[in-house]
Amino acid sequence: MGGNNRSIEQVFYIKAGDFASAGEASSQIKKTLKQLGVDSGVVRRATIAAYEAEMNLIIHSIGGELKLKVTPETIIITAEDKGPGIPDIDLAMQEGYSTAPEIARELGFGAGMGLPNIKRNADRLNIQSKVGEGTLVEIYFDIKAR
Amino acid sequence: MKEYYHSVTLRKDKCRGCTNCIKRCPTEAIRVRDGKARIIAERCIDCGECIRVCPYHAKVAVTDSLSSIEKFRYRIALPAPTLYGQFKNVDDIKVILAGLKKLGFDYVYEVARGADYVTAFVREALKDPNRKRPLISSACPAIVRLIQVRFPELIDNIVDVDSPMEIAAQLARTEFCEKHGVKPQEVGVFFITPCAAKMTSIRNPVGRKESSVDGAISIQEIYGPLYNQMNNLKEEDVVQMASPFGVGWANSGGACLSLGIDSYLAVDGIQNVIRVLEEIEDEKLTDLEYFEGLACPGGCVGGPLTVENGFVAKNRIRKLSEKAKGNPVSEKELQEVAQKIQWRLDEKIPPKPVMKLDDDIVEAMRKMEMIEEIYNSLPGLDCGSCGSPSCRTLAEDIVRGFASELDCVFKLREKVKQLAQEMIELSEKIPGGKKENERQE
Ligand code: SF4
Ligand code: SF4
Repeated sequence: MGGNNRSIEQVFYIKAGDFASAGEASSQIKKTLKQLGVDSGVVRRATIAAYEAEMNLIIHSIGGELKLKVTPETIIITAEDKGPGIPDIDLAMQEGYSTAPEIARELGFGAGMGLPNIKRNADRLNIQSKVGEGTLVEIYFDIKAR
Repeated sequence: MKEYYHSVTLRKDKCRGCTNCIKRCPTEAIRVRDGKARIIAERCIDCGECIRVCPYHAKVAVTDSLSSIEKFRYRIALPAPTLYGQFKNVDDIKVILAGLKKLGFDYVYEVARGADYVTAFVREALKDPNRKRPLISSACPAIVRLIQVRFPELIDNIVDVDSPMEIAAQLARTEFCEKHGVKPQEVGVFFITPCAAKMTSIRNPVGRKESSVDGAISIQEIYGPLYNQMNNLKEEDVVQMASPFGVGWANSGGACLSLGIDSYLAVDGIQNVIRVLEEIEDEKLTDLEYFEGLACPGGCVGGPLTVENGFVAKNRIRKLSEKAKGNPVSEKELQEVAQKIQWRLDEKIPPKPVMKLDDDIVEAMRKMEMIEEIYNSLPGLDCGSCGSPSCRTLAEDIVRGFASELDCVFKLREKVKQLAQEMIELSEKIPGGKKENERQE
């Protein structure tokens, strides 16, 4: 406890295909970051990335966890699922590429904007994925000293 | 003190502490403590939601009285277009304008004409590709304040064109003074208002140093006297200047319609506006050019200080606007107007992030941990009996030092039970108590 080792963690469980709750986790993340007084530009970028990560879990995964961790210096948003995994990460990072199923496309999601949009908004990004095992996406944001 | 001037205030004697208002406030600015409501000044945006919802009329908007115009030698009335929709059987706007003159105003200038100029200025602004999109209308002062408090990231999207009221006020004063050769300070300019937020923006403007308006009289206050003056209309020297579009401004979507662009969104009702602002902030509405958000249901016609049902008024205004005589603003006229007055919002709109827990992030994190802990111990019913709008806000209030855990009726019941138990245990220890008696037997 105490001093600069302090951190805040929030975990959200995201169900596959649960479009009815889509966006709830990321809007809670936004609220938390605003309450913590994080710079509004950083809040915006983090919320956009969190939303994309949340949608990825709903559309592409069999469900998983979205986690927020805030330390006085950094925001880390982690999306972790148990499958199906991304066969070709480089390809998935290309704008316009999408494997979104029909139902998601009809709703206007999954136009292949997910990962590229996360990358564009993040300060650092780490993706690990294995087909059949799952995907881990770690998104980092620096909280600038103001 | 000036910073926290608010038109919306509580009439303590009328408040019964029923908690009806606390959940409806969009900025969580109301608490009921010791049986009476209280408005947190830093948070209130004067939207008037609480005026509308309070069953005991304990929330009121402070505006100027009709007699306050007597302080000025010359008086100008600025009727909001909403006023036109308040009267039955009026088929010419001139009747209303003439009625205002008979009430003691020397000159009447339609805010709807101001709206025509605003439209023209905004259309120019939309031509500039370097501006942030969507541009957000600055017309509703409650929405501008909402953005300061809840969406500071969107402040730069607010279009820097002042409101129809401010533009109309300056034009009215200049024209009147030139025509009659009087000094500007001899003239009092009064807005006839459907809304509390406008009153606040006169006393404490956002985006400009000082308002050009001297006071605001509510439609409710002027309705009766004006109605009586409208009965016997003779030829009066009034000109109806606003165009059909300017008159239609009072209705939600009116401003967007008059812009003649494709990609706009007009939303009324403060909760609806909040939902759209969230989406704009999250960059989900990227192809939107212009956004008009009005806090009141239906637009200004649904303002809390109106008399007539907003839907009825809306329909009347639609009909009246078809007959409006004013011309659209020509380019030449716009240039002349731009020379004459201060039409741009020239002061930066400051963010007011009152939702944040602390300026220091480490301290904010500490508070958030405490809130989380307290929140988990509360029943999570969001019943409002504690006087805070939700269990989470009660937890926040406790951490901020404004409330105690025992404000929660469930916590209080637990505590009472526990105390009762302790009393029983204590009483058993008293000489002559139950246990003692048993022992003696
Ligand atoms: S609605 Fe609010 S202001 Fe009106 S009586 Fe109830 S607590 Fe008081
Ligand atoms: S006027 Fe609006 S912001 Fe102010 S206390 Fe009432 S509901 Fe809340």
